[in-house]
Amino acid sequence: MQRSLLIDANKCTGCVQCELACSYEQEGVFNPAKSRIRIFTFHQEGRFVPYTCTQCAEAWCLQACPVDAIGYDAATGAKIINDAACVGCKVCTIACPFGTVNYNSDTGKVIKCDLCGGDPACAKACPTAAITYVEADQTGYDKMRAWAGRTDTGNTATA
Amino acid sequence: MAWTGKILRVNLTAGTCTAEPLNQEWAQTYLGQRGLATKYLVEEVDASVDALGPDNKLIMATGPLTGTMASTGGRYSVVTKSPLTGCVACSNSGGFIGAEIKFAGWDMIIFEGRSPKPVYLYLVNDQAKLLSADEVWGTSVWHTDEWLHNRHQDPMLRVAAVGRSAEAGCLYSGIVNDLHRAAGRSGVGTVMASMNLKAVAVRGTLGVGNIKDPAAFMGAVNAGKKVLADNAVTGQGLPTYGTQVLMNVINEIGALPTRNMKEVQFEGADKVSGEAMHEPRKSDGKPNLTTNAGCFGCTIACGRISTIDQGHFSVAHKPEYWGNSGGLEYEAAWALGPDTGVDDLDALTYANFLCNEDGYDPISFGSTVAAAMELFKQGRITTEHTGGMELTFGSAEVLTWAAEAVATGEGFGKDLGLGSKRLCEKYGMPELSMTVKGQEFPAYDPRGIQGMGLAYATSNRGACHLRGYTVASEVLGIPVKTDPLATEGKADLVKAFQDATAAVDSSGLCLFTTFAWSLEDIAPQVDGACAGEWSAERLNELGERVWNMERDFNLRAGITAADDTLPKRLLKEAANIGPAKGRVNDLGKMLPEYYALRGWSTDGVPTDATRTRLGLD
Repeated sequence: MQRSLLIDANKCTGCVQCELACSYEQEGVFNPAKSRIRIFTFHQEGRFVPYTCTQCAEAWCLQACPVDAIGYDAATGAKIINDAACVGCKVCTIACPFGTVNYNSDTGKVIKCDLCGGDPACAKACPTAAITYVEADQTGYDKMRAWAGRTDTGNTATA
Repeated sequence: MAWTGKILRVNLTAGTCTAEPLNQEWAQTYLGQRGLATKYLVEEVDASVDALGPDNKLIMATGPLTGTMASTGGRYSVVTKSPLTGCVACSNSGGFIGAEIKFAGWDMIIFEGRSPKPVYLYLVNDQAKLLSADEVWGTSVWHTDEWLHNRHQDPMLRVAAVGRSAEAGCLYSGIVNDLHRAAGRSGVGTVMASMNLKAVAVRGTLGVGNIKDPAAFMGAVNAGKKVLADNAVTGQGLPTYGTQVLMNVINEIGALPTRNMKEVQFEGADKVSGEAMHEPRKSDGKPNLTTNAGCFGCTIACGRISTIDQGHFSVAHKPEYWGNSGGLEYEAAWALGPDTGVDDLDALTYANFLCNEDGYDPISFGSTVAAAMELFKQGRITTEHTGGMELTFGSAEVLTWAAEAVATGEGFGKDLGLGSKRLCEKYGMPELSMTVKGQEFPAYDPRGIQGMGLAYATSNRGACHLRGYTVASEVLGIPVKTDPLATEGKADLVKAFQDATAAVDSSGLCLFTTFAWSLEDIAPQVDGACAGEWSAERLNELGERVWNMERDFNLRAGITAADDTLPKRLLKEAANIGPAKGRVNDLGKMLPEYYALRGWSTDGVPTDATRTRLGLD
């Protein structure tokens, strides 16, 4: 069963543990600048928002790539950069409507979330469950459950 | 390893930025941050220099765990000689700039000399430049932060800056980073401004990668995170209420200093407590607290993000203060609130915003206002001095007026910027100054928490809660509960907390982890990351070495055992109410025992045997 990263920005404290875990998993270095997930802080509003690739089913990046360097992992649903094929043309960074594919000038290749092969480091590192890895077909269930909990069925429990 | 091995030396007189190798032998002996930076300071600066003169230096130092995934591993320290106390100053801050300095490839930055014109340091990885700060001299930290982001067209830039208060010579100005985190105490910002250094703006993209044993390190990091998550204080109390969880607790035990520390309980404590910050306001239905926030890498997230009621008199016509910013933490809330007698949460939050905006320490500021209020009551300060303002205890208008005055250093703000000690001397009643070694007290009355009296009296940076937080044991029962009203065993307790704290402050981690962690939790993280073998015992001894090194500096600066004392009020005037009623602080019973435990002479000087044992020259 495929799973997806589910992000609940309301729980995020901006601690960047996810960025550290991601960069360490992907690059072997604690370095937010190389993280595939980023937290954006909106100071005036008091909001912290983690953002990363949603692994579109029909991925703009994959379709835009002129050298077929972006592949698809059928098990996880991740769209994955093949570094050997990537020529660093950055067309995918333009094609992605969400900005979640980015260029790494140190390597001349692009980087994006690959779901760590099905065990995403960001979700494991998050201390507040703002980032979880859940069944892809049920990402809305937590919200549904919360709304469902407000429903007055008219019943009263009797002992 | 985990150190970058590089120091940036910035000579402001010559306008040069030079890379130097880190002294690795010292890194093994003093670790990083507080310990290592103090070692550099004592080697390079004569303890007798004028803190605001050209011979003082200012060091911004990370620890080996700064920038790693160790929970709270984002701390940095600012070490210099303090203009407020004449002691060594070491102020520690979270936020994000410490990690950014590390990511740019530097363990520390040493600033020396004095720039002929206002400048800021622009540091992008190995590229360091001093650029003109003429355009932002005379403006606030917040304005400077915005200007730097615009000027460099870089939203990811991390900024630490001094505000107008520091430029005006306020002796307790701090260095504010990331808008509302601060190396706040002992006037480190005043020193920075005296060097004509307005800001440090950093971008680092190199990261921290040289971990000694990655598997061991990550294992220790994850174990540590679990301990923090499972602990009631670090897992629940601090995220929910911040340090403000303490306001009602400390008030109940009769140790909440009130109205310039004359009383020990505040009738309005519940109105300015952590719980009150969650209460919806009548005006707009929103609570003061918007959310909690974590500093870099922190899985506790005690930080407060707050708003002020838009209808409150302090901001009614100032929309620039209607957004969110750093909210009240316990020490600030206490100094601005109970110590001045003000119970208006919005007024406290506004004053706190100004402390961040123009970079001055809310603890010293609030305490100084409290002293001014008592001097006013005694008729020493009059409306002639204040330009008509009546400095009455409990007045929110006075508090916000004073905060605005200190921000700019204009009018009576100049006097308030002197700090409590010099203010009380100037107006002829030095006994009203609630300070140790010239630094204002934090929020724990040592009549109701006896060990804190000894911790304050012997703190190497003057009155301070972050040098030996025996409140943990005496009030919260961490690691074991001791009787706050007893003096027995407190010398031992204070020494243990002081040494362990010095080690934590040298690592890159936040002291707040020690509500849940001991050095046994920290040592495996240091050992996993750093070259060498690191045990809890070694860290503890390192902490003791740092403590004695700081003491040595202070002794050479002319501070003596006579300065290891408390204001007469706390030694002679008994607590008027509450569980500690009838008690004074019995410092005299604890101090000789403490000196003996430390291996110091009866006049407070480390003996030769102690120096030899700790490897101090």
